[in-house]
Parts: sequence; C-alpha cells; structure tokens
Amino acid sequence: MPAVALLVALAFPDAARALSASDVQELATGDGDERVEAVRSLAATRDPAARRLIEAALSGSVQSSSSARQVFVVVDGKAVDAATGAPVAALPADAEDLVVNNRLRRVLETALAVFALASDDREERAAAIAAVEKDPQSVDTALLDAALAREPDAALGARLDMVRAAAALASDDRAQRLAAIGRLADSRSPSTRLLLLPFVERNADGAFRESDAELRAAAQAAIGAIDDRERTSRLAGAVFSGVSLGSVLLLAALGLAITYGLMGVINMAHGELLMVGAYATWIVQDAFRAHLPGAVDWYLAAAIPAAFASAAALGVVIERTVIRFLYGRPLETLLATFGVSLLLIQLVRTLFGAQNVEVANPSWMSGGIELASNLTLPWNRLYIILFSALVVAGVWAILNLTRLGLFVRAVTQNRAMASCVGVKTRRVDTMAFGLGSGVAGLGGCALSQVGNVGPDLGQAFIVDSFMAVVLGGVGQLAGTVVGSLGLGVVSKFLEPWSGAVLAKIAVLVMIVLFIQRRPQGLFALKGRSAEA
Amino acid sequence: MHSSRRSLIKAAIAAALIGAAPAQALAQAKTVKVGVLHSLSGTMAISETVLKDVALMAFDEINAKGGVMGHRIEPVVVDPASNWPLFAEKARQLVSQDKVAAVFGCWTSVSRKSVLPVFEELNGLLFYPVQYEGEDLSKNVFYTGAAPNQQAIPAVEYLMSKDGGGAKRFVLLGTDYVYPRTTNKILRAFLKSKGVKEADIDEKYTPFGHGDYQTIVADIRKFSAGGKTAVISTINGDSNVPFYKELGNQGLKATDVPVVAFSVGEEELRGVDTRPLVGHLAAWNYFMSIKNPENDAFKAKWAAYAKAKKLPGADKPLTNDPMEATYIGIYLWKQAVEKAKTFDTDKVIAAMGGQSMKAPSGFVAKMDEKNHHLHKPVLIGEVKGDGQFNVVWKTKGPVRAQPWSPFIEGNDRKKDEPEKK
Repeated sequence: MPAVALLVALAFPDAARALSASDVQELATGDGDERVEAVRSLAATRDPAARRLIEAALSGSVQSSSSARQVFVVVDGKAVDAATGAPVAALPADAEDLVVNNRLRRVLETALAVFALASDDREERAAAIAAVEKDPQSVDTALLDAALAREPDAALGARLDMVRAAAALASDDRAQRLAAIGRLADSRSPSTRLLLLPFVERNADGAFRESDAELRAAAQAAIGAIDDRERTSRLAGAVFSGVSLGSVLLLAALGLAITYGLMGVINMAHGELLMVGAYATWIVQDAFRAHLPGAVDWYLAAAIPAAFASAAALGVVIERTVIRFLYGRPLETLLATFGVSLLLIQLVRTLFGAQNVEVANPSWMSGGIELASNLTLPWNRLYIILFSALVVAGVWAILNLTRLGLFVRAVTQNRAMASCVGVKTRRVDTMAFGLGSGVAGLGGCALSQVGNVGPDLGQAFIVDSFMAVVLGGVGQLAGTVVGSLGLGVVSKFLEPWSGAVLAKIAVLVMIVLFIQRRPQGLFALKGRSAEA
Repeated sequence: MHSSRRSLIKAAIAAALIGAAPAQALAQAKTVKVGVLHSLSGTMAISETVLKDVALMAFDEINAKGGVMGHRIEPVVVDPASNWPLFAEKARQLVSQDKVAAVFGCWTSVSRKSVLPVFEELNGLLFYPVQYEGEDLSKNVFYTGAAPNQQAIPAVEYLMSKDGGGAKRFVLLGTDYVYPRTTNKILRAFLKSKGVKEADIDEKYTPFGHGDYQTIVADIRKFSAGGKTAVISTINGDSNVPFYKELGNQGLKATDVPVVAFSVGEEELRGVDTRPLVGHLAAWNYFMSIKNPENDAFKAKWAAYAKAKKLPGADKPLTNDPMEATYIGIYLWKQAVEKAKTFDTDKVIAAMGGQSMKAPSGFVAKMDEKNHHLHKPVLIGEVKGDGQFNVVWKTKGPVRAQPWSPFIEGNDRKKDEPEKK
C-alpha cells in the first residue's frame, strides 16, 4: 500500500531512502501495477531527485535501455542516470522513450502534487490541490493534515479541507466517515460525487453496499446537495452556450441585416463574404507567423481590419458589377448572386486548395474560466460574445449617428425623394452594400476562431443567417439581434433532450410555423415606411 | 466481356515480351488505368485527400520499377466531393468509361455502400482502405482497413482494463450515418455481454459537418458524474476539429474522461493544438510513431514525395493508418495481378487470397484466403503534445478479421466468404 509507505516516511523522517535503483527500473520496464507501485514508493522517499524524475516522466524526457538496464533523464540532449544522477556520455542504441499512459500519468500527477503541496508558491499549491482533488484517497491523510495546518491561504485551505474530508471517507472510524460525508455536501470537486456513490449504490443482488443506514442517508443528502448545485450551473451553462451560438449566428447574420434587411437585396453570396473574412484572417495569421513570430498572439488586431476591408472591397465590386443592374428584380438578383457564390467558392478552392486551413486561437483565447466543477466558460466564446456586442453597437452607431447612415435610411425609405433632395443614391447603395459585406467579413473573422475554415464555410451559415434575419423582422437591427440570440438559446435548450440532429430539424419546423403565423417577423416596421 | 478479353490479350503480349525486352523500355509502351475515388473537397476532404496522394506516390514508385507486369500505371483521379450519390456516378464512370483495372477509394461507409451496386453490376474491383463497421462482404471489394474486432472491440476492452482506467460508463458519440450507428450497435451488445447496464451507456449523434460541441461536451461532463466514464468517438470528418477544440477549452482532461477515437489519426489532428488533449486515445492498426525499418522507409518516401509535389502540409509530412492501408492494398493488388498474369477482375480476385507483404506497421499484412479482409495487428495510442501517438497497448500479432460481428444477431449463420454470383 502506498499509504503505508508514505506513513512510514512521515513517521520516521530518517527512514527516507535514496532513490532505489530497482524502483527506477520498475518505473521504466515494469507492467502497469509495478510501475504505479514504483512511482508511489519513489514519491514516498520525498527526495528532490525523485521529484525531478517524476517531472521528467510527465514531460516525456525519460528514456530507458533494456540492454544496459539503465534509466536516463534526457534534457536538451544531455543524459543523466535517473537513479544516481551521474552524467552519461552517450545513450545506448536501444534507449527508448518511457511511455506514459493515462493511468500512470494520473499517478505521476498525484505524486508530484504531494511534493508541490509544500511549495511556497501559491499557484503551485493551487495546482497541486487540483491534482489531489481528483484522487484524494490515494494521498496519505497525515500528509494532508500537515499541508492543511501549513496552508496560509483561506480559499486553498477550504479546498484542502474538502480533500481531507474525501480522504476520510476511506477511514475505518465510522464517526469520522459520517462527519466527512456531512462536510462533503459543500464540495465543489467533480470527484466527490463519485466517492459518495458507493455509499448509496446497490450490489448486483439488490442489497446496499453500505449496510449502515445513517451513513447511507447522509450520503444521499450530500449527493442531493451537490446535484442541486450542479443543476443550477448546468442551466447557466445551457444559457451561456445558447448565447454563444447566438452571438456566432448574429455575427454571421448582421451583414445580411444590412444588405437584405435594409436594402432588400437577396444576396446568396453572403456566406462567401463570411468565408473571405475567415480566409483573410488566416492569411494575416500566416503572415504574422512568417514575419513577426514574436507577435503571433496579437495577429487578430491586424486580422480584424483586414477581414473587414477585404470583404467590403469584394462587396463593392459585386455591387458595382452585378447587383446594381438588378435592383428591384429579386429573382434575378437571387440567381445572379447564387452564381457569384459558386464562383467565389471555386476561386478559393483553386487558390488555397479544397482542404480546410488551420486558424489557431491565440493563447489568450485558449482555455477557459472555471465557474463551477461542471461549468467552464471558454475564453474564445466569451471574446466572441463581446466582439459581437461591439460590432452591433458599431453598426447601430453608423446607421443612426452618421451622415452615411442617414442617407442609407433615407434611400431605403424613399429612393425618389432622397434623390430629389440631392442624395447620390447609387453611391449610397454601393457604400451600404460595402458596409454590409464588411460586417460579414468581421463575422468570418470571428467564425474562424470557433469552427473550420474551408471553401464551404459560407454554405453552412447562409440558411441560418437568412433565418435569423427573417425571424427577427426584415429591416430591423434589433430584430436580427433578438432573432439570432433566440435561435441560439432555443437550439441549445432543445439539444440535450432531442440530440443535435433533431434539434436542428425542430428549430426549422418552429420557424416555418412562426413565419406562417407572423410573416413580418418578431419586430415589424410600423408607419408609412412599412408600405414602401 | 469485351474489355477483359482485350486486357487478357494485352497481358498475354506483355507477358511474352517481358522475357525479350528490358522492363523499363516496355513500361513506356503498355499502360493500365487505375481509378482513385476519394473526396478532394467537402467535409471528408480533411481525411481523404492524402489517400489520393499516397496512392499516386505508390503508382509512381511502381512505375519507376517497371510497372505492373510491365504495364505503366496510369491513374484516373476523380473528385466525388463528399457527395454520396456522386460517388456512385464517378465509380460508374471509372469502371465503364475509363475501363480501370482496379479502383482505390472511399472513406465513409455510406460512400462505400453507394458504390457497391456499381462494382457488383459491372464486375469492377474496389480496394477500401478504412476501418469500418463490418456487415459487408462483397466479392468485388477488398477491405484493407480494420473490421470491428480489429479496432473497436479491443479498444473498448482496453478502456475497461485497469491500465485503460477501468471505465464503467460509456458515451458513444458519432456522426449520424451508417458506420457510427452500426459500430455502436455492436459495441452496445458487446458492453452488455460484459455486464454494463443500459443506463451506463449514452448514445449521441451529430450531423456531418457539425461545428458546435458545447452541449455535447457539457453532457459528457454531466454523465461522467455518475461513475468512471470513457467516450468512444466515431465522429468523422472535419467536425473533429471543433470537438477537440471544445474538449481542450472546457478543460476535460484525458485523466478524467478519456476519449478514444476510431476515425482520428495524425492527419485529422493537424491544425489542432494537442497540448490540452494529451492522453486521449485512438485505436488503429498503424501509427506514424512506430519504429521499424519498413515504417522509416515509408515515412521517408512520403516526406520526399510530399516535398517534391509541394503538397499542402509538406513542411510537416504525416502518415496515418488509412494511408498505410491504401499503400498495402496497391501492392497486394500488384502482386495478385502478377500471380494471375492478367488484369481480369475474376482472376485477380482469385489470386488475391493469401497475398502478403511486410507492412509499415512492422507486421506481415496478409489478405485472408477467404474473407477479403487483411490480417492486421491492433494498436492503441495516446495523443502526445506534438500531435503524434504513443502506442500504449498492442496485440501480439496480426488478428484475423470478423466482417460479421458475433455481437449482431443472426450473423452466426452468415458465411465468412463472399457469396458467389
């Protein structure tokens, strides 16, 4: 038993051994159980050399040779003998990497955490506690008590206390177990529920595994408390993922809200404008990698304007060459822009290849913040929600606070009158279409952070974009916002119980029914402009 | 059978000439057309494009050594664009119009099922290089990928073992089509036979090209609160990228909930930051990281080819299991043709049984005498930080395929060889 070994080491500090060559050898060449045992007895020595070896094994820099029966730690091409620490001139020819599987990795992480619990650095201790939280019963309780007594930080102390309680579940003393179960009702670690389950589970013959009814009831209450908390955070999680999906849809649909909603152009090539924005992001990323490797994390700062500019420029070209000759003829516009869309897809395929290209999240967008044991909000999604809010605000400001916005609204409401008072309507059309396309480019830039970037990217979003705009009410920015977020949240609430495939169908059916009942969408235009 | 008679005559002439003229000069004179049927665009392009390239590499290699029976291979490459009915159209074009001697192609089972009637009707020859669900045995197809007992079943056994983490609950997550559905049907029956309860199995599907895995990952997390959980992923195509990104971002680690994938290899992980994914698993019959002389040669050849042809990603050339299976398939076909001394479909099929070669996996891959499947070793690998796999478990030797899984009812009555037409 590892706990016994640890106990020995603790009770008789002088008994702490140096690294035994046989443990080191077992770690490299033993079978599963032998290796686990070897790690535990290595950790029990509490020797800094053991810690170094464990760290090296986790980072994949341990090699072993079966012919020389020797284990090496190799750092930067320099090898030292793992047991003695003596430098080794040349590795034997048959030296192979030590293969670490999940089971061994878990044991190594816990072993390392036992060392790190005594660290002076708060971050290191926090990481160590997170590791022992996963497997609290494998760590010796006396060691936990010592760490708990030492811990100066209140928050970390509380977490350690929970680990201590979880470890006490394995205690032989009934009172200790009962107290531990009571305390664990407040635990936020995902492993706690798993440790409590055996208290309430039945064996195959139907009898409870735990014969003590009082312990069973306490465990049931604790599990209930944990489940209640999880239910709340799961609900929060579903809302978050709905808003996140909605914000992605919103970014995809916002450009369309201008070109289709305000100008009335059915632009089937809208999806390809998203794609152009995404490819622009990819090109900027690769340029940064090639020329500014130090600043790769900030490539988005350049990619956002590049995505806007490239899509806007393309939009202006499409407007000037195709759409302007077709105003007022929706069917022809639809067919012509569909053609443009196929053309753009094929063009990108020829230029950049049919395969997806890799757009990586900058490091500050990777990972997430953990709000609860079962709720982690990924950074990339948080930033996209923020970004879409900024883009909506920007578009609103342009339409409502600038001269261009005034002209756009004037032209869409009454083209002839606007022209009479001297507005260059053709020019305004081009500018407005360019703006809508540029916003689509921004959407593409954001999509590249959550999904795949390939020539078919736009196809996946065109239907959803039109749905969001039509659902919200044509001609209304607010409608598009509500429409997108609503679609996102509804799909995410449907998904857990109907599955992703059915959720998609259910949403489509709901929209069909809704549009039949209310063809003008959620937000209808009121007043005279509605008839224009 | 006009075409086969013509090729028979060609072959006879070629065979007669081989003795007289140097093979090199002859290779220029005679050609044989061979089809390559892989999606080069759409959702499956991420996986299939390299199979086209590795096939072309093998043809170049064979041509440089004098071709097949003195015939220079002339590849006919078509793009069925991840569109299943288009697969059937392109297959018909290859067999009846281009008169190809053999076709190397398909990835998804739905594409294989859609071309199957074409190959059977026109008596063509298809080499299918991808692991699949079994339940299929056509005289016109040779399966060089794994059957369920050569991949899925051993992988689940490993997850249940002590070293694999002793999983008690299983999430079966897949793309919604025939391969994941059938594989999961087999796995469900297998898990039940091992005493896993119905409530401890959660089966989920997403559409092709699905991109938002937030809910799925949250559900996996919730499910794992009920006991030691493992995820068995049969997600295919580019959906894998958002799935693994979401796993990484939500911090679901392999030491908590390991994910074993059956359609994710080195190529699919290109473009994914694998550092948060260390320890997640894949089951295959080959990994790029295997060390042996055959694999070293295979990798070197591929790297040189990718560089010479300026393929996308040539700066980081990767090999994977279906590439190896394609490569083996091409060479076994060549050997069978040379044994049969003709390109005639029926004679080549008859000569295929028992063909073998030392494969890059380090084992001898042998085509079974009867059931059109390869004998292959089973390997389980864990993802490393650099996108490669560490082999953590493997079979002692090659395993014979069971195309009709014993875990599906009624299969015990099915014959282990194709019905003769």
